[in-house]
Amino acid sequence: MAEQDIALMAHLLRRAGFGASRDEIEAKASQGYDSVVQELLNPETQEAVEEDLLIRYNPSYYEAAAIENNVQQWVWRMINSPRQLQEKVALFWHMIFCAGHSKIDSGQEMGLMVDIFRQDGMGKFDDLLFKLSTNPGMMYYLDNTESHKANLNENYGRELLELFSLGVGMDEGFNYSEDDVKVCARAFTGWNVAPSYPPFPHGRSPWEFRFDPGDHDYSEKTFLGETGNWDGSDIIDIVCRQPATARFLARHLYNYFVADEPQIPAWRLTPPRDQAAIEAMEKAYWDSDHSVKAMLEVLFTSDFFKDEAVRYAKVKNPTEMVVSLLRMTGEFKGYKPGLFELSQEPKYMGMDIMNPPTVEGWHTGREWIDSGTLVERINFASDILGNTELDGVRILVDRLMGLGDKISPEQFVNGCLDLTGPVVVTDDTMGQLISHASKEGDLTHGTDVEQSEFTRRSGEMFQMIAATAEFQFE
Amino acid sequence: MVQTKKDPVLAVLSLSGGNDGLNCVIPRNNGFYRDFRPTLAVPEDQIIPINDELGFHPTMGPLKKYWDEGKLAVFVGIGYPTPSYSHFRSMDIWHTCEPEIIGTEGWLGRATKQLDPNSENVLTAVNFGRGLPRALVMDGVPVASVGNLETYGLLTGIEGENQRNDALDVFGRMYSPAIGTGAVMDYIHATGTDALKGADILSTAPDNYTSSVEYSTTAIGQYMKNIAQTHLAGFGSRVLYTTSPYNGFDSHANQAQANAALLTDVSNTVDTFVTDLREHDASDNVTLFFFSEFGRRVADNGSGTDHGAAGVAFALGEHVKGGVYGTYPSLEPTQQEEGGNLKFNLDFRSVYSTFLEDWLQLAPEPIVGGNYERVKFIG
Repeated sequence: MAEQDIALMAHLLRRAGFGASRDEIEAKASQGYDSVVQELLNPETQEAVEEDLLIRYNPSYYEAAAIENNVQQWVWRMINSPRQLQEKVALFWHMIFCAGHSKIDSGQEMGLMVDIFRQDGMGKFDDLLFKLSTNPGMMYYLDNTESHKANLNENYGRELLELFSLGVGMDEGFNYSEDDVKVCARAFTGWNVAPSYPPFPHGRSPWEFRFDPGDHDYSEKTFLGETGNWDGSDIIDIVCRQPATARFLARHLYNYFVADEPQIPAWRLTPPRDQAAIEAMEKAYWDSDHSVKAMLEVLFTSDFFKDEAVRYAKVKNPTEMVVSLLRMTGEFKGYKPGLFELSQEPKYMGMDIMNPPTVEGWHTGREWIDSGTLVERINFASDILGNTELDGVRILVDRLMGLGDKISPEQFVNGCLDLTGPVVVTDDTMGQLISHASKEGDLTHGTDVEQSEFTRRSGEMFQMIAATAEFQFE
Repeated sequence: MVQTKKDPVLAVLSLSGGNDGLNCVIPRNNGFYRDFRPTLAVPEDQIIPINDELGFHPTMGPLKKYWDEGKLAVFVGIGYPTPSYSHFRSMDIWHTCEPEIIGTEGWLGRATKQLDPNSENVLTAVNFGRGLPRALVMDGVPVASVGNLETYGLLTGIEGENQRNDALDVFGRMYSPAIGTGAVMDYIHATGTDALKGADILSTAPDNYTSSVEYSTTAIGQYMKNIAQTHLAGFGSRVLYTTSPYNGFDSHANQAQANAALLTDVSNTVDTFVTDLREHDASDNVTLFFFSEFGRRVADNGSGTDHGAAGVAFALGEHVKGGVYGTYPSLEPTQQEEGGNLKFNLDFRSVYSTFLEDWLQLAPEPIVGGNYERVKFIG
């Protein structure tokens, strides 16, 4: 099989999912790129994850209230779900429609919110926004529960426009006015939850969306230039007809699936990295009546996505770092103890899943990296990849041995980089790795002693690759 | 302001989960205490009195010594307005000093920025535990976060000292400044170099440490030992932080035993820590602060207690003026916070302000977000 097909498939599986083992990458490459894209875009054609397996080992995970269980369950799904794009899209929306456990204080509500992203994340954007705007956790997180006809709270109205749909501005202009924010908030009055909060001192029961007609502002409203007796659904309808919304989605999709863009607050003034790519996705949005899936199809099948220049042009977020290493090595496939510790790893690297720092979410790109998180990233990655006792790593070592009875340090380093990515490194890094490998000369595996040396050196080289600056990207 | 021989250091132990203030510093003569705590009230003869009104939990004997020396400040009724009963949110408020909005910068991140504006020392602030608490977060402030000082470093999975040293040499060269690889790559290279430098320095701390004291083998014990080791190694660290394991103080059930075990651990560990520093003549410039995100419900629930509002906190050090600060909140039902909780009367930002101004010698207002009345416990 052509090396470039494998590299392209590895790129697709890293972006449209959380990576894969080398064997799976090769199998998918044989299947053909377009066919794999269709599988990813149509999760219902793939087996659902065997959630029962997890519940069987951990009955307490069933409709669990604790945040820890919900985070573990999600991480487990990311590793195990054959519907990889569905989980990747769920994480995409979680990083945009940010609500956090620190305020909501219910793991179950967080789990239910993420389930909306999973089930509706590739559908019509209007429907997703409606589900979001009637999600009790979100209503509470952004204070819509505190917004009344007589006493308006603008929080949800504002964030819906600023962070969830239009964005502050584009092409140097502004997308909405302060009056629009107020009107938007007025339209959502009466959208509340039952039972009401706070739950203390009697503990809480699950929430439901509740519309309170007595608390809804029925007066006439002018929103983005359109006048009528708007309620929340009308606002969503109008918002989804705005060019700014198509732009907002296209830029977010590009930033998450293709290459790091400047941070979102800069988008009003900073043009996209690839204007044509953004326009192609905007067109898909209009042609498909606001389908996220249609935009993704354009993205994954376009040349701008396949371009080698965008491979490794994204700093891996901590969840991607952790889950992709486990998928690469086949760890935590099925059930295995230790899921709690594992699910904490992204937090140690600065991404507390289901608990973003603010409604603006995590700062991405290079901001994932600081001197504390870099150590966590490198040590986690090198501990996994360098552990030659793991079956998945053992397979990689065997494949390295398959390169020949005697392999040179150059062949060895290239082989290691190829099998763990393929990872593309700078000439400097390549030079350092080869010079390190050269200290111990050629590698052979004829005798037991040679095999164990070969294994040790492979583990070390995998660790060093995991420690490179290049490995921080995907 | 106080004079110390060396730069003042603030050590912080965060008791995560909501420590039950009422059973920690006990209003021992208060009839309501026994009425509201049919299951959990500590028998009067077991309480360790500290004054006419209050006493320590029986497990806190090791701290009584410092009370008697006049080196332990006890903050009662400490909290903030409109309490949050969520662990995460309330801890965030203590971390960021932002009760109204969700803050992103930590108070000690800001303090570190002022202590070392150009980040000349990568170890000005060090956290012990995995993942950075928000108290220490601030853009552009490098903070090392150490899971285990004995094994801290990069590429710790490589066995064999020579192999690992070789690998670290390669790492150092791979992360040396590269030309023409782009701003993000440059930044990651610089960060990797900082991380390696910090790890190199920190890794020497355990080797140079000897002591006659023995810390408990619990996480709290080991992290406090790491704080002592780092302080004694003289790296110039000014802020040393750790957190007790995951919500351990969240005593909804079976509180009597679980909480006693935790308070025993904290009291013994704090005693060991101070003894250790004194043995090395290194206690003069350290003040230890230990606190929790909230106290607990006045009434017990038959087995434990639920999330509450005002709680207790402590400062301990050679330059601390011992005593009780704040007013013990009334347990009288009509005086309680809505939901059966203690009302705060001492804002935690007042205590922070004193730490910042009188101990670390920084202007507190920009760090805590306002001018809060000082509590004069340093002097």
